[in-house]
Amino acid sequence: MNAIYILWLRELKKYTRSRAQIVASLGQPLLYLLVLGFGLGPVFQKAGNGSYLQFVAPGVIGMTVLFTSIFSGIALLFDRQFGFLKETLVAPVPRLRIMIGRTLGGATVAMLQGTLILIVCLIAGFRPVSLATAPFGILFMALIAIVFAALGTAIGSGLQDMQGFQLIMNFLVLPIFFLSGALFPLNNLPKALSLITRLDPLSYGVDGLRAALIGVTHFGMTTDFAVLCVIAVGLLFFGAWRFSKIEI
Amino acid sequence: MIRVQNLVKRFGDFTAVNDISFEVPKGEIFAFLGPNGAGKTTTIKMLTTLLPPTSGSLELNGLDPARQQNEVRQQFGIVFQDPSLDQDLTAAENLDLHGVLYHVPKKVRRERSEMLLKLFELWDRRDTLVKQFSGGMKRRLEIARGFLHTPRILFLDEPTLGLDPQSRNQLWTHVKRLNETEQVTVFLTTHYMEEADRVAHRIAVIDHGRIVAMGTSQELKERTGKESLEEAFLALTGTSIRDESANSADQLRQMARMWRR
Repeated sequence: MNAIYILWLRELKKYTRSRAQIVASLGQPLLYLLVLGFGLGPVFQKAGNGSYLQFVAPGVIGMTVLFTSIFSGIALLFDRQFGFLKETLVAPVPRLRIMIGRTLGGATVAMLQGTLILIVCLIAGFRPVSLATAPFGILFMALIAIVFAALGTAIGSGLQDMQGFQLIMNFLVLPIFFLSGALFPLNNLPKALSLITRLDPLSYGVDGLRAALIGVTHFGMTTDFAVLCVIAVGLLFFGAWRFSKIEI
Repeated sequence: MIRVQNLVKRFGDFTAVNDISFEVPKGEIFAFLGPNGAGKTTTIKMLTTLLPPTSGSLELNGLDPARQQNEVRQQFGIVFQDPSLDQDLTAAENLDLHGVLYHVPKKVRRERSEMLLKLFELWDRRDTLVKQFSGGMKRRLEIARGFLHTPRILFLDEPTLGLDPQSRNQLWTHVKRLNETEQVTVFLTTHYMEEADRVAHRIAVIDHGRIVAMGTSQELKERTGKESLEEAFLALTGTSIRDESANSADQLRQMARMWRR
């Protein structure tokens, strides 16, 4: 238990100490929120879908949690390169606990970052429709964070150098984001695209966030919750298995 | 305490460790000497559960590192050849994290951290982030960390690389004391022959993945008919310089260094 706690704490300390990084990582979500939010707003409104800012804010929160959590897992690569990973791998602690400590730490950091963006959204004019369902938003942030921190760990366990990192970014992380319905509604999509969005775990995360924050849902909040829980458990097992196989 | 039989490790068609066997009894200080790329670190990685062997058998205190990983990890402590500190934590936090991972009770952790930080003259800098440390200070911290808990077996992989004579002296004095008072078995590698001469009870010389000689320092000198261990070592392994290919970790470190400028 102590080992999980100290590794969780390590992630948090690293996060709070990298203020420049916190500010830098707000840049991209802010662009999406403000430029797309206000830029596409009039078109979206004319199409009869209401305010685009309201619509895109949960998507941008989901994106922030996705990026932060998946990179926390991939940060394994840096721990490997700078040697600290060895220190944890030879310690007399089951690797499962090391993996859980890291993953929960990464997920917590992702939630903090998501909350920060939520606050920015509120300042920009975003308004949740009901305070009663808003707490579920936190729950969905947590689920997205755990799913992708675990996926990041699974990927990071096998990465040996920076080239692989670029590959993951362009062929996994960005597609997960763009195909999730974070930026567009999932209704009336072409069949192929509709099928792909259904395979993207983030679709359920963003949909859950929308259900909780603006009362609009495509799959239904219960379905979102159930699907994310199943994927989270699956990926935690997969990540733990990959982590246990690390060789140095 | 350590038993290695017909150990082989291959990476693709390169054989890093080629059929070595040796035994280290409890309470012995055993030095593993060899040129760069001879297979020293690979052997240590296999003994410390970081790499599975290709074939052959390993035993640490009666346990198999390839199968009983968690039990084996309870038995040893290690100081790595390459850096293994967390640069974004302070010196004190690095020690504390190590102490928690090795189940050292909080009170003991505090006392020993203080003692070790003072011994290696890092006490005044305990709340400084490790990334602001000089190379020598980092090395000293790694070694202090290695002594935070008292394992049954202590692996030291070129521990004195980049250390000043004062710290080297502290290190070996400490190792000898642990060995004498707590019967800690020590398995070390080094490129400084006089260190091996000074502390090791027995020495194995490894070259191209094979053990070419084993015995006390005296025996090695007699066998080769040389005056010093250094000369004996050169007589056993030849005078040509070995290449070690740079791996991706080295490349990344180089890149990180460039950015920092």
